[in-house]
Amino acid sequence: MAAVLKVENLHKSFKVGFIPKKREILKGISFSVEAGEIFGYLGPNGAGKTTTLKCTLGLIFPDQGQIEIFGHSHLSLEAKERIGYLPESPYFYEYLTGGEFLDFYARLFLLGKKEKEERIRSLLRLVGLERAARLQLRKFSRGMLQRIGLAQALINDPELVFLDEPLGGLDPLGRKELRDIIIRLKREGKTIFLCSHILQDIEMICDRVAILVGGRVISQGALEALVSEKILYTEVTLSGLSESDLEGLGEPVSSHGDRIMLKVFQEDNIERLVALVQDKKARIHSLVPRTETLEDIFVEMVRQG
Amino acid sequence: MKIKAIALNTFKEAIRDRILYLLFFFAAVSVIFSRVLAVLTVGDRVKIVKDVGLASISLFGVLMAVMIGTGLVYKEIDKKTIYTLISKPIRRFEFLLGKFFGLVLTLLIMTSLMSLIFLLTVFFHTFKIEAGLLLAVLFIFIELILITAVAILFSCFSTPILSSLFSLSFFLIGHFSWSLETLIQKTKSAPLKLFIQALYALLPDLENFNFKTEVVYGLTVLPKYYLFSALYGLAYTAFILTLAVLIFKRRDFV
Repeated sequence: MAAVLKVENLHKSFKVGFIPKKREILKGISFSVEAGEIFGYLGPNGAGKTTTLKCTLGLIFPDQGQIEIFGHSHLSLEAKERIGYLPESPYFYEYLTGGEFLDFYARLFLLGKKEKEERIRSLLRLVGLERAARLQLRKFSRGMLQRIGLAQALINDPELVFLDEPLGGLDPLGRKELRDIIIRLKREGKTIFLCSHILQDIEMICDRVAILVGGRVISQGALEALVSEKILYTEVTLSGLSESDLEGLGEPVSSHGDRIMLKVFQEDNIERLVALVQDKKARIHSLVPRTETLEDIFVEMVRQG
Repeated sequence: MKIKAIALNTFKEAIRDRILYLLFFFAAVSVIFSRVLAVLTVGDRVKIVKDVGLASISLFGVLMAVMIGTGLVYKEIDKKTIYTLISKPIRRFEFLLGKFFGLVLTLLIMTSLMSLIFLLTVFFHTFKIEAGLLLAVLFIFIELILITAVAILFSCFSTPILSSLFSLSFFLIGHFSWSLETLIQKTKSAPLKLFIQALYALLPDLENFNFKTEVVYGLTVLPKYYLFSALYGLAYTAFILTLAVLIFKRRDFV
């Protein structure tokens, strides 16, 4: 597959404070995004995720390094014609109505009248805002702003879409809907570049990820390669036993009334525990093996980084 | 085409800004109030109405240009609306020119409305439609175009309050810089003369756009003076906009 976005050795520093002091935010970032994939760009707050995005979109100029989008310079109009961008907590022209807002962005792509109207209608339907077409953006809720933001990012039917924390501030239903839209975009052949803190969502939908810590990419690759199938521990919930019975078998996590939840780390301890339950006529309510998650890897890497 | 889209959006932003209507209201009150002043004056009352009316259009026009113009670019950066815009296929100068033309369009409509009220006020005094007064308004408008460019220039790198101060200073300096001409004639020291000449060339001379007295008193002005003033206004505006584009081109939007 061809790389649609190639970032090489990106450096960026800012001068901060009254007596300007140089602070290096990006310290040589390199990665590439392949056509048709959902690429997750992860990192703790202040790692430089948004700075990387801003460099890529031409909002700020890197001190050093190269960025190519579809083989063109990232600042060229050819590249910008083919991308879409939804910023983190989007701020839009609140004096415009939903319809006017999309119409404005469509004009920047010189879309014809008929094509423009059709695109706006279908995008409003896609993000579920058909009824808000005549409502001023100042009256939109945060979730609605996020949706209209996604609609403007898709106004030119882009091949590469940059989404900065798209799921932030949404309720669980909103998150699910947005996740579905992202998956649908992928199915339509679009490439998605996704910055997010919400690791479960990334884990659910991303093909490849890059983990950024302190301005450096410390790991990147396919999600399956990063997350192993190894069982870390088993979470057991049971009742009818006292904590003293369970000593040496696992680590109690919580207890509510008769119910105790404990983490069991060795497999032979599980067998012993099941035997004990049968012996004492107690009851097991659940037994869930926990494999390694992206979150575990992320926390570990950030700690090391 | 892209500049037009941004200009129309800026126009929408400006006409939905309450401050515009507040200034317009005061301008209208001021123009109509000139009739009251005229009643209290000894002498040619019609001239008072015309003088105060034209001065009001100029003053409130400048306030509109400065108060809206200085916020235009700054607000886009501060509210981060510029993020989505710059990531679209537009060049930075197109954005800036769009903002400029959007505000010029707003001022054109506001100046036209103020002129209408002004002409009506004069009409109720003289029972004549004095279209010749519009010549003075035309040059007030050219001055407003220049002030808009200045406001946008400062807005590219400074906060609205500071930009307003800078722009109003530009306006004041511009109306007093003609006195440097007198100073040049009176200065004997050659190096000092050269310095003042350079300063005079650099500083704007906004009195070039002031045809109020000529129009009110019906004095004859050679067409070449009108032409010179119009060209001066356009050239200075182009110069200021070029500066603004150069600054804006290198800006990081953090």
